Amino acid sequence: MARLTHLQRLEAESIQIFREAVSESERPVMLYSVGKDSSVMLHLATKAFYPSKPPFPLLHVDTTWKFRAMYEFRDKLVADLGLDLLVYQNPECVERGINPFDHGSATHTDMWKTEGLKQALDLHRFDLAFGGARRDEEKSRAKERVFSIRSAQHRWDPKQQRPELWRLYNARTRAGESVRVFPLSNWTELDVWQYIHKEDIPIVPLYLATRRPVVERDGTLIMVDDERMPLRPGEVPRQRSVRFRTLGCYPLTGAVESSAATLPEVIQEMLLTTSSERQGRVIDHDSAGSMEKKKQEGYF
Amino acid sequence: MAHATSDLLASDVEAYLALHEQKSMLRFITCGSVDDGKSTLIGRLLYDSKLVFSDHLAALESDSKQVGTQGGELDFALLVDGLAAEREQGITIDVAYRFFSTEKRKFIVADTPGHEQYTRNMVTGGSTADLAVILVDARKGVLTQTRRHSFLVSLLGIRHVVLAVNKLDLVDYSQSVFDAIEADYRAFAAQIGLSDILAVPMSALRGDNITEPSPNTPWYTGPTLIGHLEAVEVADEAHTGPFRFPVQWVNRPNLDFRGFAGQVAGGSVRPGDAIRVLPSGQESTVARVVTAAGDLDEATAGQSVTLTLTDEVDVSRGDVLATAADPPGVADQFECHLVWMDTQPMLPGRPYLLKLGTRTVGATVAQPKYKVNVNTLEHTAARTLELNEIGVCNLNLDRQVPFDPYTANRDTGGFILIDRFTNATVAAGMLHFALRRADNIHWQAVEVDKQARARLKGQRPAVVWFTGLSGAGKSTIANLVEKRLYDQGFHTYLLDGDNVRHGLNKDLGFTEADRVENIRRIAEVARLMADAGLIVLTSFISPFRAERQLARDLLDDGEFIEVHVDTPLDVAETRDRKGLYAKARRGELANFTGIDSPYEAPEAPEIRLDASGTVPAEASAELVVDYLRHIGILAPPEGP
Repeated sequence: MARLTHLQRLEAESIQIFREAVSESERPVMLYSVGKDSSVMLHLATKAFYPSKPPFPLLHVDTTWKFRAMYEFRDKLVADLGLDLLVYQNPECVERGINPFDHGSATHTDMWKTEGLKQALDLHRFDLAFGGARRDEEKSRAKERVFSIRSAQHRWDPKQQRPELWRLYNARTRAGESVRVFPLSNWTELDVWQYIHKEDIPIVPLYLATRRPVVERDGTLIMVDDERMPLRPGEVPRQRSVRFRTLGCYPLTGAVESSAATLPEVIQEMLLTTSSERQGRVIDHDSAGSMEKKKQEGYF
Repeated sequence: MAHATSDLLASDVEAYLALHEQKSMLRFITCGSVDDGKSTLIGRLLYDSKLVFSDHLAALESDSKQVGTQGGELDFALLVDGLAAEREQGITIDVAYRFFSTEKRKFIVADTPGHEQYTRNMVTGGSTADLAVILVDARKGVLTQTRRHSFLVSLLGIRHVVLAVNKLDLVDYSQSVFDAIEADYRAFAAQIGLSDILAVPMSALRGDNITEPSPNTPWYTGPTLIGHLEAVEVADEAHTGPFRFPVQWVNRPNLDFRGFAGQVAGGSVRPGDAIRVLPSGQESTVARVVTAAGDLDEATAGQSVTLTLTDEVDVSRGDVLATAADPPGVADQFECHLVWMDTQPMLPGRPYLLKLGTRTVGATVAQPKYKVNVNTLEHTAARTLELNEIGVCNLNLDRQVPFDPYTANRDTGGFILIDRFTNATVAAGMLHFALRRADNIHWQAVEVDKQARARLKGQRPAVVWFTGLSGAGKSTIANLVEKRLYDQGFHTYLLDGDNVRHGLNKDLGFTEADRVENIRRIAEVARLMADAGLIVLTSFISPFRAERQLARDLLDDGEFIEVHVDTPLDVAETRDRKGLYAKARRGELANFTGIDSPYEAPEAPEIRLDASGTVPAEASAELVVDYLRHIGILAPPEGP
C-alpha cells in the first residue's frame, strides 16, 4: 500500500475540514482575498465537493486599493468557474474616501478590512467563514485552532478556544457567535508553492517577476499601480524587475527585487533567500505582537 | 533552509521539486517542561533546518539580549514562545504547532507544555501524533512528570517514543549517567506497554546529536534525533485494519449522482468491494471511488474521497461504511477512558453531546468507576472528574452508534464530549468496549418535569400544527421537517391521519361534530407529547379556527406554531391522488372541506407556506426548520 506524500496528507486533511464545516453550519462563506493562499483554498474546496460546486459563496472584503491585476484575476476566475462572488466595500470608507496616504495604514486596514469584514458577515448572517490563514505565518498563529470561535462582536478570546482532538471539530455556536475555519492551518509557505506547482493552480501574475514601476519608500519597494498614489518630493517611479510575496493593498505591499519569472524560479529564489513572508506587509510592523492584537479585535 | 544546501535546488529546480513532492510526513509531540529545554530543542530543530528567516533571526538576537536566559547567547526558546501573555510569564500555556522539513520528510510538531495542570493540552497535541519525544534533564533523570507524560502517550496509543536525555553537556557527556537513565526509563515504560523506545543522548543548546553525530558522545552509536525522525516507520494500524469510512456529506449534484463523501479512517476500498452501512446494517457494493482528479482503483486510510454504491441504500451523514466481512460493532452503552478538559467538573447523569466520527448523539456519563492518578498510576475512587483528571466511566448514549475500540482505530474509537449549554469541548474519550444490557447501571432520579424532559433531549417542546386543504402537501412537508429534525438529533413525533384515524379516533366519522372531536383529541395528545418534551408535528386539514385556537390554548406561550400550507382550491383539486375531490364533486362524499364544508384560513399563522406549486416542498420544510431554530426550539431550555 503506497504511503501518502506530505502534500496528499495535507490535501486530504483540508478536504475533510471543508466537509465538516459545511455539514455543521447553516450559512457558510469563503473569504476570498485573491492571493495565492485563497487560490489554493478555492482549489481544495472545488475538490472537496466535486462533482458538486462548493456549496457556499465567496466573499471578497474589498478596499478599492488592491492591485488592478488582482481585480482582473478575480473577475475572470469567478466567471470561468461559475462561482457566486460577493464583493463588500465598507460604505463609510467609500463615503469618506479612506486611504492609506491620508489616514495611515492602521486606520485604512482597520476600517476597510476589520470593520468591513464584520459588517459583511453581519449583513449576510454568515455563521461560518473559511479563511486562508496558516499557522506558520506568524508566531501568534501557531496556536490558532482550525475551528476558531468568535463572539457576536467577532472577537477572538485566546482563553475560550476549544481543544481540538483527532479529526473531531466542534463547530457549535450560540446565537450571534460565528466560527472561522482555517483549512490551510497545517500548510507552510513552501507547501503552498509546491502544491500550486504540482496542481497547476492559477495565481495572480504579480507573484512572478517582471518590470514594474516602483518607488523606494522607507526601505520598502512600493509599486505605483495607478494615479491615486501621491509621490513625495524627489520620488520618481523607476522600472525595476520585482515580484510580490504576499498581495494586499498596493500602497501597503512591499515588492522584492527578483528575476524569477516562472513558478519554479520563484520557489528556487524563496528557498535560497531568507526573509519571512509577512515582512512584506507594512501592517505587521506597527508594533510587537501586532498580529495578535489585530486578531483579538476581529481581523482575520 | 536545509533544502538550500542542496546542489540540486540551484542546478535543476524542476528535478528538485519533483523529488520534494514525494516526501512523507511525520507528526510528533514533544513532552517536557521549560526546564528540560523543550522550547530550546524545538527552536534548535527549526534553526538547524534553516527555517529561521533573517528577520526572525534579527528579532531573536535582540530578544536574546533583552529577555534571554543564555547570557546574551542565542536563546532558541524565544523562537517558539507565541502569545504575549506567555512571553511575559516565560512559559507556554497552550498547544502550538510548528513546522519544519528535511530532504526526506515534512514534520509537524505539537509543542505541549509539561505543567501538571495542562494534561488537557498534552492529550490534545498527542491525539494527532505518530511519535512522542519525551525530554529528560540528564541531571535529574526520570521524574514524576516523565512518568505522567509517558502514561498519557500510552493512553493515546502513540507507539513510538524517543527518550531525549538532554543537557548532557552539564554532566560532562557521561555515558554512565545516560545508561542509568535509559535503564530506569525502560523498566517503567514496560509497565505501561511502551516498547518502541529509542534513547538519544543530546544537548539541544549545544546541538549534540540533533542533526549530526556528536564528537562528545563517541560511545553512542545510534541515530541522531533528526536521523531517527526521518527514518522511523510509523506504519499506521489504520492502514492494515478493516475498511472504515465515516460519511461526512452526501453529494447530490443532480438526480444521476449520489455519492458519499468522507475520509478513509481504516483499511482500503476498491470498486466491487462488499460494504455494510452502520448502524442500519444494509449491505451494498462500492461502484466508484470518485475524486476531482478522476476515479481511483483504490483509496487507503487517510485519503478523502467520494464513494458511490451500486444500490439505492439509505445513507446519511454520521453513518459508517465498512467492509461487510468485518464491520464495526454497534452499541449505545460503553466503558471508556475520559480525560476531563473543562473547568466545570463532570456531572454524572447530565446530558452532554458526544461526537464520534461524523456522528453527534446525546450522552450521559455514570459516576466514574475510578480515576487514575497520573503521577503514581494508582486507581482511586471518584464521584466526578475535575479539569485534567482521567477516569474510567460507563457511557450511555441516546442512540446506537457504530464504533471500534480506540486501540483498534483512533477515528472510530476516539470521541469528544460537548457541553449542551456552553458548547465547550469538555472531555476527550477513548472507547474500550460495549456493555451488555445486563451491565446497565441505574441512573439517579432527578426532579422530572417538562423542562427537565426537554433538556435531556437538548430541545424545547413545541407543537407544529400544519393546516390546509386536502392535497395541499401538509404531510409531505411535515414528513420532510421530521426527517430533518431527526437527522439533527431532535426528538419528534408526527401525528397524522394514518396513525390517529385508525386507532385513537377510529370511532369517529366525518360529521362536523366528529371532526371537532377528532381535532380535540389530537390537540390533547399533542399536549401530552409536548409535556414529554417532544417536538410534535400534526398534519390535519383542521378547517375550523376555533379548534385550532383550542389546541393553542392547551399549550404554554410560544409552544404552538401554526403553519398554514396555503394552496388555492383549484390547485389542490388537481393533486387529487385519492380521488376525494372527484367523489365530493359527484356528491358521494359529504362535508368535504372546500367543496361543501368551509375552510377557515388562519388569520395570523406563525408560518404561511406557499404550496401553490412554485416552491419545492424541501424549501418549505427548510423554512419551518429555520423558524424553529430562530425561535429557540432547537436548543435546550435555560436552567440547571
